[in-house]
Amino acid sequence: MKKGLFVLLALVITTATIAQSEKYIKAMEALVPAVDTTRNPEGLTELANSFERIANAEKTQWLPYYYAALCYINKANMLYATQQLDQIDPLMDKAEPLLMKAEELEKNNSEVHCLKKMFNTGKMMADPMNRYMTYGQPAAEALETAKSLNPENPRVYLLEGIDKYYTPEQWGGSKTEGKKLFEAAMKKYEAFKPASSIHPSWGIGQVKYFLTLE
Amino acid sequence: MGEFKKLYTIIVSTFLLQAVTAQVTIKGVVKDNKNNPVAGASIAIKDSYDGATSDSLGRYSFKTFEKGTQLLVVSNIGFKSFEQQVKLESGVLTIDVVLKQEVTELTAVVLSAGTFEASDRKRAAAVLDPIDIVTTASANGDITQALKTLPGAQQVGESEGLYVRGGTAAETKTFIDGTLVNNFFFSSVPNIAQFGRFSPFIFKGTVFSTGGYSALYGQALSSALILESIDLPEQSSANLGISVLSLSAGYQHLSKNNKSSFGGSYSYTDLSLAFAVIKQRQDYSRVPAYHNADANFRIKTSKTGMLKYYGYFSSNKLAFTTNSIDSLGYMDKFAISNTNHYHNLSWKENLPKRWKLQAGISYTNNKDNINSGMLDANKNEVILGNLEGKTFGIILKGNYFNAKTVIEKKLKGLSAVRFGSEYNYTHDESEYTAYNGQKYPGTIKEHIKSAFAEADVYVANDLAVKGGLRLEHSSSLEKTNLAPRFSIAYKIGKGSQASIAYGIFYQNPERRYLPSPNELTYMKATHYILQYQKVLNQQSFRAEVFYKKYDNLVKTAIVGFTEAAVGNNGFGDAKGFEFFWRDKKTIKNFDYWISYSYLDTKRDFLNFPFAITPNFAAKHTASLVTKKFVQNLKMNFNASYNYSSGRPYYNIGFDGTNYKFNDRGTIPDYHNVSFAINYLPTIGKKDAKSFAVYVLQVSNIFNIKQTYGYTYSYNGQRKEAIVPTSRMFVFIGAFISFGVDRSEEVINNGL
Repeated sequence: MKKGLFVLLALVITTATIAQSEKYIKAMEALVPAVDTTRNPEGLTELANSFERIANAEKTQWLPYYYAALCYINKANMLYATQQLDQIDPLMDKAEPLLMKAEELEKNNSEVHCLKKMFNTGKMMADPMNRYMTYGQPAAEALETAKSLNPENPRVYLLEGIDKYYTPEQWGGSKTEGKKLFEAAMKKYEAFKPASSIHPSWGIGQVKYFLTLE
Repeated sequence: MGEFKKLYTIIVSTFLLQAVTAQVTIKGVVKDNKNNPVAGASIAIKDSYDGATSDSLGRYSFKTFEKGTQLLVVSNIGFKSFEQQVKLESGVLTIDVVLKQEVTELTAVVLSAGTFEASDRKRAAAVLDPIDIVTTASANGDITQALKTLPGAQQVGESEGLYVRGGTAAETKTFIDGTLVNNFFFSSVPNIAQFGRFSPFIFKGTVFSTGGYSALYGQALSSALILESIDLPEQSSANLGISVLSLSAGYQHLSKNNKSSFGGSYSYTDLSLAFAVIKQRQDYSRVPAYHNADANFRIKTSKTGMLKYYGYFSSNKLAFTTNSIDSLGYMDKFAISNTNHYHNLSWKENLPKRWKLQAGISYTNNKDNINSGMLDANKNEVILGNLEGKTFGIILKGNYFNAKTVIEKKLKGLSAVRFGSEYNYTHDESEYTAYNGQKYPGTIKEHIKSAFAEADVYVANDLAVKGGLRLEHSSSLEKTNLAPRFSIAYKIGKGSQASIAYGIFYQNPERRYLPSPNELTYMKATHYILQYQKVLNQQSFRAEVFYKKYDNLVKTAIVGFTEAAVGNNGFGDAKGFEFFWRDKKTIKNFDYWISYSYLDTKRDFLNFPFAITPNFAAKHTASLVTKKFVQNLKMNFNASYNYSSGRPYYNIGFDGTNYKFNDRGTIPDYHNVSFAINYLPTIGKKDAKSFAVYVLQVSNIFNIKQTYGYTYSYNGQRKEAIVPTSRMFVFIGAFISFGVDRSEEVINNGL
């Protein structure tokens, strides 16, 4: 009987764990596709809040931290597009600890380093003249690390392409080279299999958009 | 086993059933303390997935399967988190939340009255960036020249220094990393403004206070210029500079663990080339030549601690003659040689429990050797009757030591308490040699000991109060003073705030008028400042009104051969208003600022017969600074226009008993248009090993005649305009820095 109770207990715990992990995956699966489709600041805040709740409840999963940070950075990029530069820093201050948490849990992941690149570039864009020195270098380093960790990660080429595409020619940018990178990214996207249904797979829509541009 | 399976199923389904039946809806409204809805706030049951985000009206609603006593957490950017225990049973729970604004550097009101800040910290008071100092066309890379485009500072061109709100240049004191700098400018030359000694590139932060500043600073009646030196460099680098004026080379080494750095630079400045091309008013027998060298090290003593050393050495000489105004056919000769070294060691460290320590010491040794005389047509030295006084020699030796400690305790939010002490020691030796060889030596020693304390209290995000006290004792005056300082800032709306500042400031009589035959006391200024500021995305506006009252200003009389302080019965006041507007937004890649100052001031001090508007105060001063970056040319076009209305001028004579006016009037208005092009061919180039800047700078591009005042012959019968040494000036230079690529180091270490 004693043994029986032990087995029962073990079973309950295991099932609870499985149920918990099923619950986690289900909750994440419901949110992850929205990362690629949400294109308004309010929606991104809501999404970030949802990911952050999961992150805080789970504590050991890097993906919710990663996505929460990504949502804030995406929101900052949207505000940059409308030149609301003074709003960028508060969002980045929010994204930074989330990004650090993700990196702490998942050290050598190409995706985390891509996010790090996006974070540094975002910080720089808020005040490029004064922050070029502080954030330019870490951004470039993070992208290089992301590439060396996984040369098949399509987001590496997407981010590289965006840099090339938007940098003025006199500063070493090039629309044609940017396009080439988007084409390379497209190929990588076609071949890319995310590690699971909730691992990063975003970005193909952006690549398609850039490829339609003249 | 079957039994267990059944039991297990029952347990699990009961658990699930319970969960389903215990579903609770939580809803409510999130508002801030001004009753405005807060959108985008996160509402969460702690450690669960359940929660929601408030909508544009602050409303939220969500269902949860959690039960029992749980913690509801509501948070949003810019607000303090709100937590409340909730008992979850069934049905609908309505919880309305009021979020309090978080006091952060980004959002809090700033105690900004009287203060212009150029720093890398993102604060509302920082209306300038560090790079602005070096890209202002009229500045010629000089810190104080750049600050002259801000409201409050005068366009005085005949002597160096910052003349702020009716104050003299001596009423502005400069501090580097907390400690006083005694010879910030190169030694004075009659009627030629000298540059600052220090390169703007060694500073990362500049605070220019035109009044009402903190109790941490003293011995300045009008203004404090507070400079903060850079920390560790981004990378090891070498740099080279060549221009029409100078050659320079430097090296900075950053250690592999990024925890320490050292470096040094040397420059040789020789104006021969420039003077050969651009005709100077003076005839130079010894063209100004400067050897400047500096050295530094910076060590990270802990995660937050930093020990910094900066050392500077300079040796320079110049000599020139001008046609004598006193006697036709003769020339006046002036020669000066100067050596100066300056050392500054500072340490800052964060201690446990939100304590912070900042300590610094600085030492200056300065030596001037001045020779003045008259030459005849054959350039032989002569002494003419009644003009013997024009032939003399002065040797000045100064040793200055300053130490300062500030201890800070951070309280809740941004509130803080600071206290500390300061010690300034000056030892000046002078030797005056008259035309007949008679020597008059003199020594002045001074110890000033100060203690200060201040508190910053952020009552809320939108209300901050600063109060401070400063106690000083001067050994030469044998007197103690106590100076209160006070300021309040209140946030009116998004980006806009109003602030006031009040303070009493004391300063010792200037050393050049000492020793005095009589007992002296501190000169005193009382500041009242009212400010409105609005800083929004890429645009800032600021308006200030001030009133400054001077008491106990030094009065002078001729004692023996020299003008010496004889009492403190001088007085005066200054009042005015100022505007500043900066806009980086309206035109893309175009940045400009406009400043305007109105000043109404009168004072009776030194040899003034009665209270008059001093010769260094113009009623209207204005500047327009523009910066345009053209991306496809990789060029920065900077232009600036400085204006000041005519200042009064006086020729004050001594009739044996009284000072009186021999002549007075108003100089013409001052206009100066400067233009600069910076070409940056390597900017944005990936993998570039070097970074180059080419500079072309033209001051007074329209060759407008500028008059700073008049000099008079000894008999007062002839006068001559004081004008710049040349009307237009052209500067061409190339500055290249070679980044020592650290990736190679990393690879080499790996092999």
